[in-house]
Amino acid sequence: MMIGDWLDIGPTTQIAPGNARTLPVRGAEEIAVFHTMRGEFFALVNACPHKRGPLSQGIVHGDVVTCPLHNWNISLRSGEALGDDEGCVPTIPLKVDAGRLYLLREAVVGRREQPSKAA
Amino acid sequence: MNAPMTFGNDNVPSSGRERLVVIGNGMAGCRAVEEILARDPNRYSIVIFGAEPRVNYNRIMLSPVLAGEKAFDDIVINPTAWYEDNAIELISGDPVDHIDRATQSVIARSGRVEPYDRLLIATGSDPFIIPVPGHKLPGVVTFRDLDDVDKMLAAADRGGAAVVIGGGLLGLEAAHGLHLRGMDVTVIHLMPTLMERQLDEAAGWLLKAELERRGQTILTGADTAEIIEKDGQVAGVRLKDGREIAADIVVMAVGIRPATGLAKAAGLDVERGIMVDDHMVTSDPAIMAVGECVQHRGTCYGLVAPLWDMCRALADHATDAPSGYLGSVTSTKLKVSGIDLFSAGDFSGGDGAEDIVMRDAARGVYKRVIVKDDKLVGAVLYGDTADGSWYFDLLKKGEDVSDIRDALIFGQAFASGGGALADPNAAVAALSDDAEICGCNGVSKKTVVDSILAGSCSLDAVRSTCKASASCGSCTGLVESLLSLTMGADYGGARTVKTVCKCTSFGHDDVRRLILEKNLRAIPQVMQELHWTTPDGCSSCRPALNYYLLCAWPGEYEDDQKSRFVNERMHANIQKDGTYSVVPRMWGGLTSPRELRAIADVVEKFNAPMVKVTGGQRLDIFGIKKEDLPAVWADLNAAGMVSGHAYGKSLRTVKTCVGSEWCRFGTQDSTGLGVKIEQMTWGSWMPHKFKIAVSGCPRNCAEATIKDFGIVCVDSGYELHIGGNGGIKVRATDLLCKVATEAEAMDVCAAFTQLYREQAWYLERTAPWIERVGLDHVKAALFDDPDSVRQLAARFRFSQQFSQDDPWAKRVAGEDRELHQHLAEVRPFAPAAHPKEFA
Repeated sequence: MMIGDWLDIGPTTQIAPGNARTLPVRGAEEIAVFHTMRGEFFALVNACPHKRGPLSQGIVHGDVVTCPLHNWNISLRSGEALGDDEGCVPTIPLKVDAGRLYLLREAVVGRREQPSKAA
Repeated sequence: MNAPMTFGNDNVPSSGRERLVVIGNGMAGCRAVEEILARDPNRYSIVIFGAEPRVNYNRIMLSPVLAGEKAFDDIVINPTAWYEDNAIELISGDPVDHIDRATQSVIARSGRVEPYDRLLIATGSDPFIIPVPGHKLPGVVTFRDLDDVDKMLAAADRGGAAVVIGGGLLGLEAAHGLHLRGMDVTVIHLMPTLMERQLDEAAGWLLKAELERRGQTILTGADTAEIIEKDGQVAGVRLKDGREIAADIVVMAVGIRPATGLAKAAGLDVERGIMVDDHMVTSDPAIMAVGECVQHRGTCYGLVAPLWDMCRALADHATDAPSGYLGSVTSTKLKVSGIDLFSAGDFSGGDGAEDIVMRDAARGVYKRVIVKDDKLVGAVLYGDTADGSWYFDLLKKGEDVSDIRDALIFGQAFASGGGALADPNAAVAALSDDAEICGCNGVSKKTVVDSILAGSCSLDAVRSTCKASASCGSCTGLVESLLSLTMGADYGGARTVKTVCKCTSFGHDDVRRLILEKNLRAIPQVMQELHWTTPDGCSSCRPALNYYLLCAWPGEYEDDQKSRFVNERMHANIQKDGTYSVVPRMWGGLTSPRELRAIADVVEKFNAPMVKVTGGQRLDIFGIKKEDLPAVWADLNAAGMVSGHAYGKSLRTVKTCVGSEWCRFGTQDSTGLGVKIEQMTWGSWMPHKFKIAVSGCPRNCAEATIKDFGIVCVDSGYELHIGGNGGIKVRATDLLCKVATEAEAMDVCAAFTQLYREQAWYLERTAPWIERVGLDHVKAALFDDPDSVRQLAARFRFSQQFSQDDPWAKRVAGEDRELHQHLAEVRPFAPAAHPKEFA
């Protein structure tokens, strides 16, 4: 289990399956929180590694989001571009507990040198 | 770590036995006692406290009792004699009040004190009750013990309607039982998929369809607002969307939570459950815990199978032969007769995880196994669960499946055939000549092979000569194997059909035809019936299917927002910086001071950095943030403007010139006609964007001959042109026909638009569509039958009834509000370091 300070960002019901919502962070990058059709939650920096398109606005399928700007497919699990494209967006460790979503605080407010996999 | 302890002689009572007190007479507590007795029958003197006034029974068999398939006596595990034979004292109906760890004793509610050397907590779990208004009314029951079942049976005897809140395992079993007992049952489930923790969308959809076929009403995505009361009794349930469902009984089956009250009060370490180590020992070495009340390595279990492993480890520890419990991989089966459903392991995919999907629509079968690092990590089976235990075994053992990977999905009998048989082609070769290949058309293997030998050397040729795989297509793989076996190296294997995407072997035309033929009404249904190879599609097929269903079933199909591209979901055009541009509709390119003022005000109010006149004679406001869109639209709506659909695969604009009203060359009222046509066609969803123009004379100032549908007015009437576009590959229109009146021009416009809507492939504009099918085909479809134009136009106008709602106004009124709002905002350096939640 990840040790650290967890930031409560509200109930899981705020994001319908197959959708994403955003979390702006003062002084750091906006985060996109995804809820897949299979019921998993992921958090990534809301910027495609290609041209910084807002991934939160893409179509979610499986554990992949397709960027709305140029159709890059990004793994929600690793943040990596799939297929022939290359690039990686930082992921933010996320946990679900008692129906609420938590993000690892230090990953939210900065220090993203070592992106970890979402829980 | 808690090593097993031997207690000093001081603690041993005069009988010479240590005192073991068990709190909980359920499956976990009794199983643990059985395991201990099996190892050392003489070690402990045992006392069991049970809250229910009856002997130990098999709780998971309550569903069959409710369904009338079993009686209580059938599900008793340990009758009174077992307690007597093993000298166990059962104290039922006098629940434990608290644990006194200082004196090592438990105190019952009656005041009775039982000292212990070892204490075992097996309090199980409590049903979770949603605290909505009315949850305490008589007639609201949970589904946890025999008393609950008795209450449900009493309600069923009176007949009437039942609402079950919760579409998980327990809720569906309760619903099944009540339905069999003759009640009208409605299941309310918060999530869009039934049993979403065990099933993926595809299997959940099949389950829902089957339960509905049996007569239950299943409402997914339904959130309970309150339980309605009448005369002090339950009368129904009101949902947050306002719907009301009448009910004589409401069953809450939304989940369970570990019963940790006693442990917490006694000061033991408790998180979600009572914390235990690998020997089921709590933070107090004299106290053990087992079952649904515990949390082991971060996991709480709500199923029965882990109990057996836990109890073994516990008994080993309690008899000084510690082994250790390492956690369980669980599997699920639904106990609803006639429904075969199995789920195990992790089916959420993951890095390097690969889905293997097989669907058999004719038999209602969906199978999905997940392979990762050459090991099976998860399985979801619906309709045919014969191989469930085999998959579960592979999963638990973590065996390398790379040798049988290709045949894995076909099941044990096939995959274990080994070597040659594990090759699908070899399996097809081994089929007898009269084996049926195509069930739809009754075509045998010999017929297919003969057809190939007679010269049908491609899939399409086989389909047209012997009809194999020409209907539902589920035997396509078999036919391709036969082509490959029969022709050897001569078979190119190449399919001539362009498939919708990598998720399917069907092309667009087949998908569109089959949606109508098979009466397919939802995306998961199309994926099942047409054997999609992925569980929930991709970003290519989801929007296409959404459009095809919308076009096929106007007014009935419910648009799936999550299958829409961003612009259509946000009703604005996304720009490279993630902001949006907004284009209000200006009918025929006409505007007014009021509209211009409103646009100017919006630009200033929202600091839009740019306003631009578009090629389609509209004004485009740039740089609007997604959270400001509803406010922008509200201001534009207030001035009478609606969405311009500049963002959609839909009718974009009708461009006009000034025509006979002003222009000295004008032959007809091109502006007036343009406005009328735009009012007829706006809001319609299309395979791709669709542009119209009306020019008032052959000078063609509205550039009608590079539009999808262009009208050029002449003295004697209207020339109608189709299939033009600008863009990378400019294409001028083809002349379709000439008509004499405005009304005819509008009818042909509606008919042509509908033909394109019904026949083109998704993301194919009119120009490539006409290049592909030919102008003659379009002309024939419109004019060969003198009634075609009328029929097509009627279908177009019918579907327009349902699409001419201004989507902006709906958003302004609050629909899909969350699409425009942030989840929260994090201000790390503000005094309160917690995110601010928006209302």
